[in-house]
Amino acid sequence: MKVAVTAERADWDAPVDPRFGRAMAFVIVDTESRTLEMIDNAAGRDAVQGAGIQAATAICRAGAKALLTGHCGPKAFSALAAGGVTVYTGVTGTVAEAVDRLERGELAAAAASDVAGHWA
Amino acid sequence: MIVAVASGKGGTGKTTVATSLALAAGREVRLLDCDVEEPNCHLFLETGPATVETVGLPVPVVDPELCNACGICGDVCQFNAIAVLPEGAMVFPTLCHGCGACTWLCPEGAIREETRPLGEVSTARVGSVELLTGRLTVGEALAPPVVREVRRRGDGAGLVIVDAPPGTSCPVMASLRGADVVLLVTEPTPFGLHDLTLAVEVVRRLGIPFGVVVNRAGCGDDRVQDYCRDEGIPILLEIPQDRRIAEAYARGRPLVEAFPEWRGPFAGLLEALARLARNGDQAPAGNVRVGGAP
Repeated sequence: MKVAVTAERADWDAPVDPRFGRAMAFVIVDTESRTLEMIDNAAGRDAVQGAGIQAATAICRAGAKALLTGHCGPKAFSALAAGGVTVYTGVTGTVAEAVDRLERGELAAAAASDVAGHWA
Repeated sequence: MIVAVASGKGGTGKTTVATSLALAAGREVRLLDCDVEEPNCHLFLETGPATVETVGLPVPVVDPELCNACGICGDVCQFNAIAVLPEGAMVFPTLCHGCGACTWLCPEGAIREETRPLGEVSTARVGSVELLTGRLTVGEALAPPVVREVRRRGDGAGLVIVDAPPGTSCPVMASLRGADVVLLVTEPTPFGLHDLTLAVEVVRRLGIPFGVVVNRAGCGDDRVQDYCRDEGIPILLEIPQDRRIAEAYARGRPLVEAFPEWRGPFAGLLEALARLARNGDQAPAGNVRVGGAP
């Protein structure tokens, strides 16, 4: 399974970025092959609005089925849900620790966004 | 002639000037309240009954049967209002600016447009003044479409006075665009001067002739006057700091009605604006006072 983690770089030791839409980058972890792939998030980081929607689109296109991040707003959450991505918020630590906790079943899937949206 | 009354700083007296200008015109005038986030001209004019019409924005609606998730709509959207997921395109209407590009470019014809209400425009009359008021629905963020709709309905032949929102952002641009002359209202305070310089930058970039009204003159210092002299910006009128004017304002009475001696200076202000609009950049430099305190 492919898992997306918000982080600065494709490194198991990189800390989880608490932001989703404006995260530095997304690390796509292949849990079978244990390989990492980085998707730069320049488009979302510098977006005037709709950063979370852009980010959700990128995650879906990368084929990730789960997202590990700090916070996720309502528009991004609904886009991710429509794209079949399970969202886990409140995730901290490194990429390795986050994926490890997911695999051990220690993370609970978010039922809704955990922060308010912007622009109404 | 379209006269836009604007200011960098809020609360400098745009509405005081705009309403008095309209009432002192002595002829048919359309007053457009384009401060759609908090319109207030109507508080000073006892108009007859208003007709109210809804203003909206065309936003895309995707037919999931026809959408093949090609992604063109999402790529062309400059406002990230469309997420194209493997299952199809998903629209976030509150982010849409209504440009229509997605509808136009969809190769499958899967997008049609629906109107999303943003606010309203009301029209009412008092004497020779027809007042058009734009009002953005509370909670909405997109003011320019409502401003543009007020302008579309109100612009035309004859005298048009636009009461613009404060600041220098998009709703201000929408209010100033197409104006023949701009009147910048300021106050002689550090904030008034600072925000005046921002407004001057905007109006110069738009290439519209402009002049300044100093309101509450005497409440601060001379730096606004010095700035205008150095920049060759005409000060067309000064309204003094006067408690009686503030009291009339607080009761919702237009300046020229509470103090009829101000009709002359405001009529003169209108003539000065007409000269500025005609002569454009050949406006005389330095302080040109057509009306002081009566």
